Amino acid sequence: MSKKEIVLSNGKKIQKKSKFTLDDLQLFFLSLPTLVWYLLFCYLPMFGLIIAFKKYKVAPGKGFLYSLFNNSEWCGLDNFNFLFANNKATTINMFRNTIGYNIVFIILGVVLPVTLAIMISHLRSQKIAKVTQTAMFLPHFLSWVVVGYFVFAFLSTDNGLVNRLIMSMGGTGIKWYQKDAINYWPFFLVFLHIWKTIGYSMVVYLSSIKGIDESLYEAAMIDGASKWQQTKYITLPMLKTIMIIMFIMAVGKIFNSDFGLFYRTTRNSSSLTSVYLTLDVYVYNSMFNNPRPVYGYISAAGFLQSVLGCLTMIAANAIVRRIDNESALF
Amino acid sequence: MSVSANKSSSPRETGSGMERFNAIRPGTNVAYSTLFILLAVLCVIPVVFVIIISFSSEASIGKVGYSFIPAEWSTDAYEYVWHLRNTRGMPTIILAFLTSVGLTLVGTLMGLTLIATMGYVLSRRSFKLRGIYTTLIFIPMIFNGGLLSTYVVNTQLLGLKNTYWALIFPLACSSFYVIIMRTFFQTTVPDEIIESGKMDGASQLRIFVQLVLPISLPAIATIALFLTFAYWNDWYQASLYIESKMHDLFPLQYVLVNIEKNIQYLANNDFAMSANTTVLPSETMRMAIVVIAVVPIMFSYPFFQKYFISGLTIGAVKG
Repeated sequence: MSKKEIVLSNGKKIQKKSKFTLDDLQLFFLSLPTLVWYLLFCYLPMFGLIIAFKKYKVAPGKGFLYSLFNNSEWCGLDNFNFLFANNKATTINMFRNTIGYNIVFIILGVVLPVTLAIMISHLRSQKIAKVTQTAMFLPHFLSWVVVGYFVFAFLSTDNGLVNRLIMSMGGTGIKWYQKDAINYWPFFLVFLHIWKTIGYSMVVYLSSIKGIDESLYEAAMIDGASKWQQTKYITLPMLKTIMIIMFIMAVGKIFNSDFGLFYRTTRNSSSLTSVYLTLDVYVYNSMFNNPRPVYGYISAAGFLQSVLGCLTMIAANAIVRRIDNESALF
Repeated sequence: MSVSANKSSSPRETGSGMERFNAIRPGTNVAYSTLFILLAVLCVIPVVFVIIISFSSEASIGKVGYSFIPAEWSTDAYEYVWHLRNTRGMPTIILAFLTSVGLTLVGTLMGLTLIATMGYVLSRRSFKLRGIYTTLIFIPMIFNGGLLSTYVVNTQLLGLKNTYWALIFPLACSSFYVIIMRTFFQTTVPDEIIESGKMDGASQLRIFVQLVLPISLPAIATIALFLTFAYWNDWYQASLYIESKMHDLFPLQYVLVNIEKNIQYLANNDFAMSANTTVLPSETMRMAIVVIAVVPIMFSYPFFQKYFISGLTIGAVKG
């Protein structure tokens, strides 16, 4: 990573041609703190993934490296048995939730914001457009903890607005965080995700719409194109690239989930687990809510998540590259 | 493809005659406007609701539940929050608020330094290690070590458990921001400026600080805001690295995470009883803390929104 490597990989001749100047040295020192940060907080954890292939045992009193290299045996793929061994139902549930929610989020996360962005760009009053857009951006700036309390204000069994309304109309309240309400939660989670992200993604598409050359619309209008035709033949094709970029980024994260959404808004209620158990929640729960965490299993789950996520991203990008080379992300 | 970063957030200008001619029908316009006003209300109403709850009296909650029209208004919750003391006699919530402010300030400054320097170095085409650096920055965007190995490295190797550093370092830098910064430097800082600096014998550090940074304020502001909100809203890092018995280290958001357990802890606390109220207003008090965590954001973000928009627009441009 330092200048040595360049010299080694380029050979002597080239080294003479492209000499490492004082300028390069200064730039190197300027970037050194960030380089160290990347090493410690990105690359070290990547090497930490070898825990997935070890029977990790903490050596009391010794450091992490000692525990990892001298105290833990290699165990091949044994740790991946967690997937198939004792809790098959949980595993299926976990993957189904992670991928299922993500697919719904990806579809709605393109369709809804694009529609709304086109609609808001058609509004006649700039003032309404500006104010509503600002208001819709608000949820993006709130943490899931805070949103969890918002949800609680509506859904609390004793005092929540919804139950009080039901009771004032003579019904009996629903225990929203208990098993009775389990069928409502997938819809709640999808709604909350859309609620929190829509303002942000709408603005992404809106700023692309505003980058479109005005004269295209004028020409279309003179040819008698309706507003719908202008949208279909100008706006949507012009948004294609940004839609594809957003799509690839979302697909690459298909094995990840927005942890706060699943963990905080459900208040981590154990009777709702089957609804919100995603890979991230599984990893977190087995690390912090399990009295005897098995590091090997957890690391195996994390390894699968990282590798599968990386592969899906590369695959999605490759497909896009085949269809339309210009739109590929890398 | 290049999307201009300077486009303002308002919809297309309606000034030109052509544009007025091409506008949607008045009926459609009314329907659209109504829809957007409804959506806007939907996004803001929960905050208003929580503010109202926090100003209700505890008795009112018992009577009508969480309601937009409480039976009785009261500031008990805030008085109680104000008088809360931890075991060492320090004001709990004020301490957590200041912790959050401090973490946000230090984290943002550190993050800006890391991101801006790397962004600048990557933007220098003559830099010999540029290729390696680009790969180095790119890999973490598609691959990471996962939660467990990050946690193990941070706690067992770097010894960050139960320290403020654990809340600062992991969020300080990200490849996404570095690339935003690099793209900005590449597109807006003319090479001539840097060359002229070199001619005058300035070092790269000096060129960066004295010539490049002053003309890059829009990008700096964008990244600073991203970081500020990330630090202010962070509860996740705290839940990983701060044990729940270390009350004094809690940032505000993590106080909210732990409040269910903490309300009991606070109620049992002798120091808490200096407030006028004798009954613990537990229902309204948590909403009051939510309000304290949200209000700074709510009143500041409309002013900064345009920086976010320019940031996510630059970010959308592939490098």
